[in-house]
Amino acid sequence: MNADVILDVRGLRKFFPIRKGLLRRVVGNVRAVDRVSFFIRRGETLALVGESGCGKTTVSRCILRALTPTEGSVLFHHDGQTVDLAKLRRRALRPLRRHMQMVFQDPYASLNPRMVVGDIIGEPLLINGMRDRTERRARVQELMELVHLPASVMNRFPHAFSGGQRQRIGIARALALNPSLVVADEPVSALDVSVQAQILNLMLDLQDRLGLTYLFVAHDLSVVKHVSNRVAVMYVGRIVEVAETETLYASPLHPYTEALLSAAPAPVPGAVSSRIILEREIADPANPPPGCAFHPRCRYATARCREETPELAEIAPGRHVACLRAAELSLRGIGKAPAA
Amino acid sequence: MAEPLLSVRGLRTHFETPEGTIRAVDDLDFDVFEGRTLGVVGESGCGKSVAARSVLGIVEKPGRVVGGRILLRTHAGDTLDLAALPQDSAAYRAIRGPEIALVFQEPMASFSQYYTIGNQITEAIRLHLRLSRSAARARAIELLDMVGVPQPSRRIDEYPFQLSGGLRQRVMIAMALACDPRILIADEPTTALDVTTQAQILDLLRELQAKRGLAIILITHDMGVIAEMAHDVAVMYLGRAVETGPVADIFAAPAHPYTRALLRSIPTVLAKPRTHLPTIAGSIPMPSARPAGCAFSPRCSEVLGDVCRQTEPPAIGEGARSVRCFLHGGAP
Ligand SMILES: Nc1ncnc2c1ncn2[C@@H]1O[C@H](COP(=O)(O)OP(=O)(O)OP(=O)(O)O)[C@@H](O)[C@H]1O
Ligand SMILES: Nc1ncnc2c1ncn2[C@@H]1O[C@H](COP(=O)(O)OP(=O)(O)OP(=O)(O)O)[C@@H](O)[C@H]1O
Ligand SMILES: [Mg+2]
Ligand SMILES: [Mg+2]
Repeated sequence: MNADVILDVRGLRKFFPIRKGLLRRVVGNVRAVDRVSFFIRRGETLALVGESGCGKTTVSRCILRALTPTEGSVLFHHDGQTVDLAKLRRRALRPLRRHMQMVFQDPYASLNPRMVVGDIIGEPLLINGMRDRTERRARVQELMELVHLPASVMNRFPHAFSGGQRQRIGIARALALNPSLVVADEPVSALDVSVQAQILNLMLDLQDRLGLTYLFVAHDLSVVKHVSNRVAVMYVGRIVEVAETETLYASPLHPYTEALLSAAPAPVPGAVSSRIILEREIADPANPPPGCAFHPRCRYATARCREETPELAEIAPGRHVACLRAAELSLRGIGKAPAA
Repeated sequence: MAEPLLSVRGLRTHFETPEGTIRAVDDLDFDVFEGRTLGVVGESGCGKSVAARSVLGIVEKPGRVVGGRILLRTHAGDTLDLAALPQDSAAYRAIRGPEIALVFQEPMASFSQYYTIGNQITEAIRLHLRLSRSAARARAIELLDMVGVPQPSRRIDEYPFQLSGGLRQRVMIAMALACDPRILIADEPTTALDVTTQAQILDLLRELQAKRGLAIILITHDMGVIAEMAHDVAVMYLGRAVETGPVADIFAAPAHPYTRALLRSIPTVLAKPRTHLPTIAGSIPMPSARPAGCAFSPRCSEVLGDVCRQTEPPAIGEGARSVRCFLHGGAP
């Protein structure tokens, strides 16, 4: 893989056992993440999109080792070295944690209500050995400035802040230790449109200023279009398509991507006539259908799709797709296609 | 256009709290027509849900409708002012269900966990229609079938927790339609759902409207959903409608600076990747600290001067459109 890759995920699997009965015997597995592979380049934003329960959060948590993967590797390139986060012991992980931070969806639940804002943002500094109060205070002030929070609110408790301000606090805290990779799990889903726009702009600015790399988890395709360089689409524990953002929207290669794009409401009255309505519900990751997991909802499915499981393959430069019929289908996207 | 089924004028719903009066809905006007969808849009806290609860007469304490009229044209053909009815009166109970019904944002919270969905729908039916238990059950199965619940005669005996979010929302809609209302209020019916499931539910609402001439009040903060579903739009800011009009006009030529700012700040799938979004300066004030004059004036980039900061702009109307902004006249 080329030198500018910061994170390289290969064959990642995470199964959760299903237990039943008195003896809590394992009767099956939820295949939350099933052989997921992707990479992220230094300084870019890769968006991970898909319906609820498809495994986005589980992938994020495996990368940060909040969960231990069942199988696969998570190669993190840092300071000229490569480590496999999936296999490191907890003790060896600790010094690496500061380079990878998380921003959460719910700005209400993710901040300790009994701590003042200055202490919340300064906590990671303290844990990582910055014992000097004045030094810490100065750094906290710097961070608050970075996310446009007035230093005067340092001694207030989180409940006194609006959703957008709380999300700024969460971002300042995540940036405290100068991470290189930030994993943001639905960072704006809980926010109002006007506040959402402010936070998205802030994330773009911080990325430029600090050279951050983002893994941006979201289900809103409009938001994703605004922030990402590339997009990975997940369906029931697998990645079905990866491409440059503009290319993916303009000319999707996977029928699931096509359906998702067509379902996204566009703020243009009368634009919906051509929508593809996906019949039935998303498959159960405890009991995925045989063959391609999407085939029961796919309008292009053939007999072969019910039997053979498609692998994610690069069928054109920079275009990865897992569909047996990708080469022959011509699918509809949104917006103009980029010049070939 | 025909006479509205529901006409709300100068509605005020206030909450008396120890911290002061919260004017959640404050001088709100809108009209709802048969076979049409009114989209009510606005940011969190602007009073959308309180307005819906006011119309249905289910405002929670310490809230109270303190002013205005809620004029409903009933099945029977007379016009009733709901704002003058006590919330717990028999007359109001006869409105909820047969005339106006509500679909909540979070279907899980509006079901009982201890009864099957069949029990709950049958209950709702028998409350208003004199049907035997078995006839009510048959009607419930019919309703579930109509809203697209697969295998309704089996599903009717399941409990709410056994259903997916999309199915639960369908059942919620079936329950709301149990007494054949003419007006359906849907408060953020798809906010908790995936886009693909959202598309299914919005499709269902459109189909039901076409079949039964339902009037729908669709509450959302998603301009994309408004563009897709609404015939008419009311844009709310701090408890009142700052602009109303036909959907195409609102999107093509928004008149109020707040509507314009709101439309500019929404991310869209048509955007160029990695572009900044225009934002609205400042933040939404608390409804207990409503700014003087036009409530949007502290954030407005087009303020005309003291007139905006001191005087409340009246609604200026032209045809089906109405706007509260001195840019369009009405200055004293
Ligand atoms: N600790 C756990 N034990 C058992 N199953 C789990 C656990 N965590 C997640 N799952 C299951 O794994 C699957 C993927 O869940 P995950 O939270 O990763 O989805 P997601 O894509 O983040 O969804 P959402 O958009 O709703 O946040 C789901 O079926 C979920 O129920
Ligand atoms: N029971 C209550 N007591 C006090 N204030 C209340 C109560 N219910 C609502 N409010 C206040 O009334 C205002 C309007 O609330 P409402 O729930 O109608 O907003 P909304 O537009 O539906 O917002 P959202 O998009 O978040 O659902 C808010 O400021 C809210 O805090
Ligand atoms: Mg998640
Ligand atoms: Mg609400």
